[in-house]
Amino acid sequence: MVINITNFARSGLYDWMAQRVSAVVIAAYSLFLMGYLFFGATPDYAAWHALFSQTWMRIFSLLALISIAVHAWVGMWTITTDYLTTRLLGPKGTALRFGAQVVCGILNFVVFVWGVQVIWGF
Amino acid sequence: MFLGKTLKVSVYRYNPEKDQAPYLQDFTVEINGKDMMVLDVLNLIKEQDTSLAYRRSCREGVCGSDGMNMAGKNGLACITPISQAIRDNKLVIHPLPGLPVIRDLVVDMNQFYTQYEKVKPWLQNDQPAPAIERLQTPEQREKLDELYECILCACCSSGCPSFWWNPDKFLGPAALLQAYRFLSDSRDTHTAERLAALDDPFSLFRCRGIMNCTHVCPKGLNPARAIGHIRTMLFDRGV
Repeated sequence: MVINITNFARSGLYDWMAQRVSAVVIAAYSLFLMGYLFFGATPDYAAWHALFSQTWMRIFSLLALISIAVHAWVGMWTITTDYLTTRLLGPKGTALRFGAQVVCGILNFVVFVWGVQVIWGF
Repeated sequence: MFLGKTLKVSVYRYNPEKDQAPYLQDFTVEINGKDMMVLDVLNLIKEQDTSLAYRRSCREGVCGSDGMNMAGKNGLACITPISQAIRDNKLVIHPLPGLPVIRDLVVDMNQFYTQYEKVKPWLQNDQPAPAIERLQTPEQREKLDELYECILCACCSSGCPSFWWNPDKFLGPAALLQAYRFLSDSRDTHTAERLAALDDPFSLFRCRGIMNCTHVCPKGLNPARAIGHIRTMLFDRGV
């Protein structure tokens, strides 16, 4: 058992499941938006506004935003723990890894809050 | 493939007692058109240069001593014909990647064995020992096929990028194949403890499904599938 405090859930199984479920949600949301743009109404402001005013679309968008945050965190955490290590970078590895994780976490949070503001402010 | 009278071979050389850095040394070996094994070629080189170091023992793919990287792919030198390892009329031989080199093609396997030991690769059963033996049905025994045959040559783990980056935390495909071998053994009663020990973000889940392990296994085993089975067992219990 390897102890870790900065991954998503302290459990490899939880991270693994969260990454897969979030990937399915992101794929479904992307396919829906692409389908809407290609086959739906002309994407002018009125149509766009009508779409995003609906409760189900707001729920779907919020779910996609949460999924992006979760998916990006699990992915970036994995990358930082693969490449930004004391094994590869020497003693400064831990500071670099933790720093990169903090930056990723803050960026993730900013994107999430900004996304909520965009969806709800439409 | 047409094999000529001679073969050009490049071999990774490194003697930490006198070399500043590793280098590739070229040899020309007389093969007389024979599709011999890579180990035979190394033995011929050894006659030219006795300082060349490599491990070998059974010379028939059973002991797992001569795992090395031939033309970019890990395998056992004794059962790899040169016709499969020659690229551009040349045979290039490196030690197993990702493991510290002791000298030339000899690598330090300690980290590999440490990870193997962590999965407790022995039968654990809390019930009183029966008078004769613990019996299995043919179906129960069949579940161990394609798991128990591993010879610990390290071709899979040393070919796995996740093992290169975290050899102390990720157990690697060889150890995980053995973890599954005991998880699927009907006589073992420590399934819950074994699974609990694997549910952290590194030991098992650092596998990203790259599949190099299955691609290179000289015994034709499938560690990636075993890892998938362990994930399914964890998932079954976790949801």
